[in-house]
Amino acid sequence: MNNEALIPQVCVITNVRVDTPDVKTFRVVALDGKKPFVHKPGQCAMISMPGVGEAMISITSSPTNEEYIEFSIKRCGCFTEWIHQAEAGQQITVRGPYGNGFPVDTAFKGQNLVFIAGGIGLAPLRSVINYVRHFPERYGTVDIVYGARSMGDLVYYKEIIDEWCKDSNINVHLTIDREEEGWDGHVGFIPNFVKELNFSTDKTAVLCGPPIMIKFTLEGLKSLGFKETQIFTTLELRMKCAIGKCGRCNIGSKYVCKDGPVFRLDELDELPDEY
Amino acid sequence: MRKCSLSNLSAVFDKISENLALYIPVDTNGGAKFEKYESGMVMSEALNTVRSAKDFFFPQIEDVAAFKVEGKNIEVVDTRVIKDDFVIFGARACDVKAFEVLDNVFLSDPVDSYYANRREHGIIFALSCSKPVETCFCNAFGIDCTEPKGDVSMWKTESEMYFKANSEKGEKILALVADLLTDGEEKVVESEKAKTKEVLKKLPLSNLSPDKFGGGKTKEYFDDPAWKSLSESCLGCGTCTFVCPTCQCYDVKDFNTGHGVVRFRCWDSCMYSDFTKMAHGNPRLTQLERFRQRFMHKLVYYPENNNGLFMCVGCGRCLAKCPISMNIVKVMKTLGGKN
Repeated sequence: MNNEALIPQVCVITNVRVDTPDVKTFRVVALDGKKPFVHKPGQCAMISMPGVGEAMISITSSPTNEEYIEFSIKRCGCFTEWIHQAEAGQQITVRGPYGNGFPVDTAFKGQNLVFIAGGIGLAPLRSVINYVRHFPERYGTVDIVYGARSMGDLVYYKEIIDEWCKDSNINVHLTIDREEEGWDGHVGFIPNFVKELNFSTDKTAVLCGPPIMIKFTLEGLKSLGFKETQIFTTLELRMKCAIGKCGRCNIGSKYVCKDGPVFRLDELDELPDEY
Repeated sequence: MRKCSLSNLSAVFDKISENLALYIPVDTNGGAKFEKYESGMVMSEALNTVRSAKDFFFPQIEDVAAFKVEGKNIEVVDTRVIKDDFVIFGARACDVKAFEVLDNVFLSDPVDSYYANRREHGIIFALSCSKPVETCFCNAFGIDCTEPKGDVSMWKTESEMYFKANSEKGEKILALVADLLTDGEEKVVESEKAKTKEVLKKLPLSNLSPDKFGGGKTKEYFDDPAWKSLSESCLGCGTCTFVCPTCQCYDVKDFNTGHGVVRFRCWDSCMYSDFTKMAHGNPRLTQLERFRQRFMHKLVYYPENNNGLFMCVGCGRCLAKCPISMNIVKVMKTLGGKN
């Protein structure tokens, strides 16, 4: 019988990194020790523990990483609670990759990029940020605006400081919601921070974060003069099949699992406000 | 065109069922339903089965895969089995058209192998309607209930059943029962069809039209204030989705059998509050959004993605079964402004 998308392959967790009090990053390989598949930045995969559940999680590692794939997962439900207890050596099932991914070879090519993320929203952007860092000659300047509730909630803090901040063509702008001892960086919410940073409109903006952050950041970007065709975001809705058949992740006639999760703002504006 | 007398129909059933599984509609306490034929069973006279024929290809529950879990290790077991050929005898034109609607979902890339497997092995004997009723509106969706598609088309008169094969699969089955059939005259069937068409003309929904709907109409209808009054009494029971021959939304769940884990899929309903519920909230918070989703899907979203084909075949089951008498016809008339 033909291959069936719903039947997953077994993979194994080779490393668990604690990023924040409620986010861990899981390194995963197939049973042969190699990457289970080749993906595009911004794509997702369905990962599961039989008997616990299956969930759509963005692939946070860049495709340029040839050793393994990574998932950064916030603890906030049944399956995520389970995987937070998992240790290296634990097998899980994986199927995918799913979704369209970011247009790294088309719309982003040659562009100055500004990535704006809140909280765990950096997870899907990290794949494209590291992809862009791998091919700096293909893109212009890169700005990264990243915020979280507190210092301890900044995911990938070490990687941001030790790697991203050291890249000559990358400007990293961090912010946390409230003053905190030991933090001498910016304090305040992302939408205001974006306005303060007063980005010139010769950039393509890429957003991911909680819906409320997205909403106000979009307003901020528009007030700076950004056009809807210059703004990309990545969404997530409840999914079961991940292949556009189970019928629940649609926004109007589009399925987030296969037509998304990446949408350009003008495309998104054509769809009903139901996400 | 071939035929047999109705009194000889059971011999046809016996012959077919000697060779492969045969399903016919039979009367039960819960109304007409398809059952596996056993000698002596009598075919129901009902216009349609309570549940649609979609179960044959998209059953209410089916296994996706099984898993053996031992310590940290997982083994995936592919539990799929290639189906044997089977015959669905007496599906109506609306239900047969619904297979086309489902095909667009399940047979589009990536192909759903569970559905494809059943579809490939199902042989459809489709029966023309002779007594359509007031809840019927298949003609609104361009379906001719006197010319049902399928592998074999059938017409029933007072005393005879007429057969016409439309495919190789259909011809094979007719060849199997060739001894029991004689040549039938086309004109008898034509006169039956004409009689049915007269009945159709007089039905209350004979002028219903979906012309005001279709792809590209999301903005026109999504924020229509009428959704509020239309959805107000909806109980969210999901009956409409379960009796619907084209509703295809499903859930995937795991069941721990004690010896392992079975992953299965089952019908789900967009009318249910937890259909889209996530850890961070629910994009369809009230019954209005869920109700709207169902009808927008059938009348706008699906046609937009499938060359204008509507996701309704006018079988009328939801009209008959909705506990608050709300249905797609009222939605079409209200939104389409044809009260």
